[in-house]
Amino acid sequence: MNWLASIRDHRDRFIVPVVLILAWECLSRSGLLPASLLPAPSTVCVTWADWVFGIDESSQANSGRWIFDALSSSLRVFAGYSIAAVTGIALGVAIGWWRWVERTIEPTIQMLRPVPPVSWIPLAIIWFGIANKPAIFLVFLGAFFPVLMNAIHGVKTVDRNLIRAASMMGAGEGQILRYVVLPAALPSIFSGLRIAIGSAWMLTVTAEMVAVKSGLGYVLWDSYYFMRFDLVIAAMISIGLLGFLTDGAIKIVMGRILHWQHGQTVQGRNH
Amino acid sequence: MASIELKNIVKIYADRKRGRELLTIDHVDLSVESNEFLCLLGPSGCGKSTLLNMIAGFETATEGEVLVAGKPVTRPGADRGMVFQQATLMPWLPVWDNVAFSLKLSGKNADERRAAAQPFIDMVKLTGFENHYPAELSGGMAQRVGIARALLLNPAVILMDEPFAALDAQTKIEMQEELVAIWQRHQGTVVFVTHSVDEALVLGTQVAVMTHRPGRIRELIKLDLPRPRDSTSPEFNEYKRHILALIREESALAKADMATA
Repeated sequence: MNWLASIRDHRDRFIVPVVLILAWECLSRSGLLPASLLPAPSTVCVTWADWVFGIDESSQANSGRWIFDALSSSLRVFAGYSIAAVTGIALGVAIGWWRWVERTIEPTIQMLRPVPPVSWIPLAIIWFGIANKPAIFLVFLGAFFPVLMNAIHGVKTVDRNLIRAASMMGAGEGQILRYVVLPAALPSIFSGLRIAIGSAWMLTVTAEMVAVKSGLGYVLWDSYYFMRFDLVIAAMISIGLLGFLTDGAIKIVMGRILHWQHGQTVQGRNH
Repeated sequence: MASIELKNIVKIYADRKRGRELLTIDHVDLSVESNEFLCLLGPSGCGKSTLLNMIAGFETATEGEVLVAGKPVTRPGADRGMVFQQATLMPWLPVWDNVAFSLKLSGKNADERRAAAQPFIDMVKLTGFENHYPAELSGGMAQRVGIARALLLNPAVILMDEPFAALDAQTKIEMQEELVAIWQRHQGTVVFVTHSVDEALVLGTQVAVMTHRPGRIRELIKLDLPRPRDSTSPEFNEYKRHILALIREESALAKADMATA
């Protein structure tokens, strides 16, 4: 039993969640609170299982529809996040490298940055209607700025001597950007990408509560109207799980690309 | 034809904070023949690194002209190799790809780069470390990679800015010996900035001693010493005494200047 062995090896990771869940179960069953306000984990699990597999209709209209909700939320995240990553990195590198770009574009961007993405919801609905587009737009807004700021920072902190060494070997400006500045800025760009994936999930869910009629956020808000807190919690856990998985995927890509950092940083030390 | 010519170089820095101008190099005239190993020796702040950076093309002279192989220097370029005080290796590239970085710039594929880098890696005695990353190397090894990288360009001129200053004494001696051996086999003009008299005497065919600021060439000394250099021989110490006397005079003058300023 391979997975049993792996659970035994990582025993310390399970202690805190198991204790928390047990305490919660006991609290719910003790009757201190009405069961509908704080459903027990076991109830949440049953509802969630029906939402995913359509077993006993305990999640009513949502029965068996989890995969569609998860997919539509994920697609919105993927679309908005990809656009934000590409434009954020490109613009960030340009702002970090060329003074004239910094002078012309940065003040505008710094004024837009403090505006909470959520406050764009009215305009997003007016411009894009009620469907995927306003959600993608909000995800883009939320993910764009962390990527941008970190890309700018990454470029600005490149060791000047590396650029000197490259130009001494005959590198032109384009080559310096491609072979020196971009790889040197990658660690910083990746921390931006990881912060951004969190914002992306946050904003998909927010958009779905307000401007979209599908997805995990929509189910969450809809269940709230029907006082189905077991479904609300199941939706919350689903979002957390997907956020965790997407962050894990980015971490794996990052580890592959930044493998040269091992042995140089705290991250590379033995666990 | 001289390999490197510095003609009447003057460098004035504008010190904007204090609203005045700072004369750092005052009419330096120097010409280095092909295959010479010139050591630029002087107290810190005398402008020796500034002179080197002008030959490299990182800085421009306020007055005067720098010629390499008869052509004025306007910008950094692959006709001159440079080894920096810190190894300045790309941390994301393994040793072989750092050595062959210039070939990456000219669009060679990985196999060609690896093959071209190998003899230079062997030359600086890093065989077996081809796939190591800079973070896994000691200071001396990193500096060897920097030297191999400069040699691969096969430049007529190699500029070195105190490349061994940060190394421990033992590694420093080894590296100096290897550098001389490489230079003898490879040929080419070397300009080597240092503040160590011993280092200059072990390496150079000639030593240019600079004055304190504003920097001028105090004396250009041709070294007539057999190789390998024996730092305990009377001739070696004759040169050393002479140069140390010059330097002592210069630092006394520098202190006197400080006192009056």
